[in-house]
Amino acid sequence: MSVALNEVRSYPAKPGDVYLFGTCVLDLFDPDAGVSAASLLENSNISVHYPQDQTCCGQPAYTSGFPDAARQVAARQLHLFAENWPIVVPSGSCAGMMRHHWPRLFEDDPALGPLAASIAARVFELTEFLLHVVKATWPQTGANERVVLHTSCTARREMGTHLSARALLAQIPNVELVLQDHETECCGFGGAFSVKHPEISAAMASDKIEAIEATGAATMISADGGCLLNLNGTLEKRGSTLRGQHIASYLWQHAKDAA
Amino acid sequence: MTPPSVARERILSRLRAAPQIVMTAPAVLTSPAEQSPETMLEQFRRGIEAFHAEVIDARERTWPIVLAEICATKRIATLMLPPVGMVNLQPWLDGPRLSRFDRPIETLKTELFDATNASLTIADGAIADTGTLIQSDPQRMPRTLSLVPPIHICLLDVRHLYPSLQSAVAATRWAEAMPSNLIFITGPSKTADIQQTMAYGAHGPRELVVLLTEDL
Amino acid sequence: MNRPANPPMPINFHANVRRVVANPVLRASFRGAMDFLTAKRATQFPDANAFETLRAQGEQIRQYALSRLPDLLEQLETNLTRNGIQVHWAQTPDEACRLIIDIASRAGGGLVVKGKSMVSEEIELNHALEAAGISALESDMGEYIVQLAGEKPSHIIMPAIHKTKEEIARLFADKVPGVEYTNSVDELIQIGRRVLRDKFRDTRVGLSGVNVAVAETGTLCLVENEGNGRMCTTVPDVHIAITGIEKVVEKLEHVPPLMTLLTRSATGQAITTYFNWISSPRRDGEMDGPKEVHLVLLDNGRSTAYADERLRATLQCIRCGACMNHCPVYARVGGHAYGTTYPGPIGKIVSPHMLGLEATRDLVTASSLCGACGEVCPVKIPIPDLLLQLRQQSQGHSKAPQLPGAGSGHKTLQSIAYRLFAGLYSRPALYRIFGLLATRLRAFSPNQQGAWTRSRVPLRPAGHSLHERMKSRNGAKVK
Ligand code: SF4
Repeated sequence: MSVALNEVRSYPAKPGDVYLFGTCVLDLFDPDAGVSAASLLENSNISVHYPQDQTCCGQPAYTSGFPDAARQVAARQLHLFAENWPIVVPSGSCAGMMRHHWPRLFEDDPALGPLAASIAARVFELTEFLLHVVKATWPQTGANERVVLHTSCTARREMGTHLSARALLAQIPNVELVLQDHETECCGFGGAFSVKHPEISAAMASDKIEAIEATGAATMISADGGCLLNLNGTLEKRGSTLRGQHIASYLWQHAKDAA
Repeated sequence: MTPPSVARERILSRLRAAPQIVMTAPAVLTSPAEQSPETMLEQFRRGIEAFHAEVIDARERTWPIVLAEICATKRIATLMLPPVGMVNLQPWLDGPRLSRFDRPIETLKTELFDATNASLTIADGAIADTGTLIQSDPQRMPRTLSLVPPIHICLLDVRHLYPSLQSAVAATRWAEAMPSNLIFITGPSKTADIQQTMAYGAHGPRELVVLLTEDL
Repeated sequence: MNRPANPPMPINFHANVRRVVANPVLRASFRGAMDFLTAKRATQFPDANAFETLRAQGEQIRQYALSRLPDLLEQLETNLTRNGIQVHWAQTPDEACRLIIDIASRAGGGLVVKGKSMVSEEIELNHALEAAGISALESDMGEYIVQLAGEKPSHIIMPAIHKTKEEIARLFADKVPGVEYTNSVDELIQIGRRVLRDKFRDTRVGLSGVNVAVAETGTLCLVENEGNGRMCTTVPDVHIAITGIEKVVEKLEHVPPLMTLLTRSATGQAITTYFNWISSPRRDGEMDGPKEVHLVLLDNGRSTAYADERLRATLQCIRCGACMNHCPVYARVGGHAYGTTYPGPIGKIVSPHMLGLEATRDLVTASSLCGACGEVCPVKIPIPDLLLQLRQQSQGHSKAPQLPGAGSGHKTLQSIAYRLFAGLYSRPALYRIFGLLATRLRAFSPNQQGAWTRSRVPLRPAGHSLHERMKSRNGAKVK
């Protein structure tokens, strides 16, 4: 979704507190990534607040053509962030939904519209936040490692997270980032697309996997849980031993190894 | 079927019933800064050569002699000239048989399509940044003369160069008085329709030769 | 009308897709072709900022023209008429076909030789002409190949992109009298040249599309590389041009930026070999040129799209094909699978107002919304946003003026699923119970999860949800 391709964002100073919006995918399928995201932030002396009433940004319904259902779900999230703290989201596509589509979803609502807009301004994708706000430093650890990164399309195009993730990885001394062939191409997830058009989705996923495997990198990471469900599910079905890891888990592992 | 006049009214009224969006006209588009004639000529040459045309500089010589050499190397047996306005080439060209596009195409089709190897035309100018020839007067240069014969030789007076198409539009009076047909030519005819492989001489000329002169 | 027995229809999208995706040769050839075109385009826009500036200009020119569309169409008509070009209006494909048949019959043309025109494909002109006893011959090399094979174009710029040169070689040897098999591209092109040259010379009626029409001067602009477009518009006695009502701009100075965006985006060229501006039939004293020029302006749903302020953006399109060249779905399924005249991302957003949302319901969902199309579109059409809007209309959830077939994508099961989703995810307490059950009962996750598990292992929740894990560590710091 071509909302903010050339957005130049200015970033706040490092805060004492943040909200963590864990996303519905990580909640059930990769809670380690969510905990790692919290740990990374806390490790930089930021208090992490995880509102227990959070559920989902509403994106699944929104992209399927059910704006009312999306609104109903999103409306419940709007009241969870009462303090003026940044809201950190370990997923570029959910962050994009909250930052760019919530304001649209509520634009005709006099009460929730301004609230959605003010929340949108405080939403940060995790790697973006670590890079520009936390400005974390990454000590040298162990042996050199080749890493291949897959970035979700909405994350890339709405949030520019391929750049922040790459910049973060570039700061880690012993990480060598390699780019797969057709790096910018979609992995075929696309939410309901993956089950509505399974043949196309599967063809995209298998091409993506072949490109990733061809890099020879032993480690594959992504900042998006959705893509990882798709890619890891496909890898396992193909009998491959490679698995993608959420970038939060990867970074937290690295921080622990260094300590 | 609704009568055409009804179709017109219905289409226009549907469009007029749609929400009005008021916009300001796009700002007059800027042309690139003035460039020296040498730079433009260099750009022109590079541009059109990239499109597979041959450029021969005849400024230091008498162009009909250069033309005669081209006819000899390319074994041109029949050369068609524009209706009027070309110096008498007969004394220079002893090789090819010369003809003129001096009758309506209806009576000339067989000769033009089937019995002419090459044509000679004069460009009214050229565009530097893309390497493009301009033919803007179908009365002087019939449309098909630059199109049908397999080899097209075009004379270009190097003093008539525009930096870009945009600047040509701004500098000419086309917007006030359009010629019946204005043609921009960048290279010989080509196609990549078979497996993205470039082939020249699709339906128009297979070869385009540009003769640079200064005395037209 | 004499139509092929089993036309690939958009309604058969899934079946069409399965046929192609299963064919590795076809997929590899699409992929190669798309890579070639995207690489060529990239060479033309080396500087991202310069591209953004240029395409902002392109967007502005097109939006401005659309904002004044009815006025500009009238101005165009006035100026064309003054120049001696006859203007005709058609609301439907049928009306357009009949107008063209009338003109061609009056001109005594038993054969119409055609330059490339996607609008003529849109109205299925060739079938209509044949039904009226008039032959139609495509003269663009790609279109000629496709016509010879009895197929339809699979790409709006490269019609025969789905064919290998060996297939074309075999086709020529089988179908063109007196031709021996050759797989030399040069020789194949020369065969096409010979066949078509006789037709250009002898045919009374030529037909073409229009890339942009200029209101202030009454001019039709055409870009092409082969010269067949110039042949069709110049040699026959009568030239008929056909275009959609959206293709007009106000001023001549608006043409250069749009056309450079078009040729660079389409085939990675700074300009095409020929750029042909037609403002009148042959004038006194001229030795060639058509004696009559006609322009047919086609609506076919465009005014419906125009009525919707957001969908109106679809009319900005200059038909460059860049969106399909960059589309991961198009690269996997090719153009024919869509079953529409315009395939790929642009096809998904213009076909609904031409064919209705019911016939095209599987097209609007066939996108992961990755946004590659919107990123390259030279006139900045927000294609993914429009897909989203069309999905809403397809489900009957839109305030916008309705397209035919709105609500036809509605499936009871699906809407129950999203109602359940909304009910569950808007009730935090209920959601936490659900999370608890899902994680505790993870061993019972079904092994068959519909389409998901066809190419993936089943989804299986973690042992403890993030909610639980964050609750137990709340406030805790690592250091
Ligand atoms: S939508 Fe944009 S990219 Fe696609 S064909 Fe039209 S102008 Fe080109």
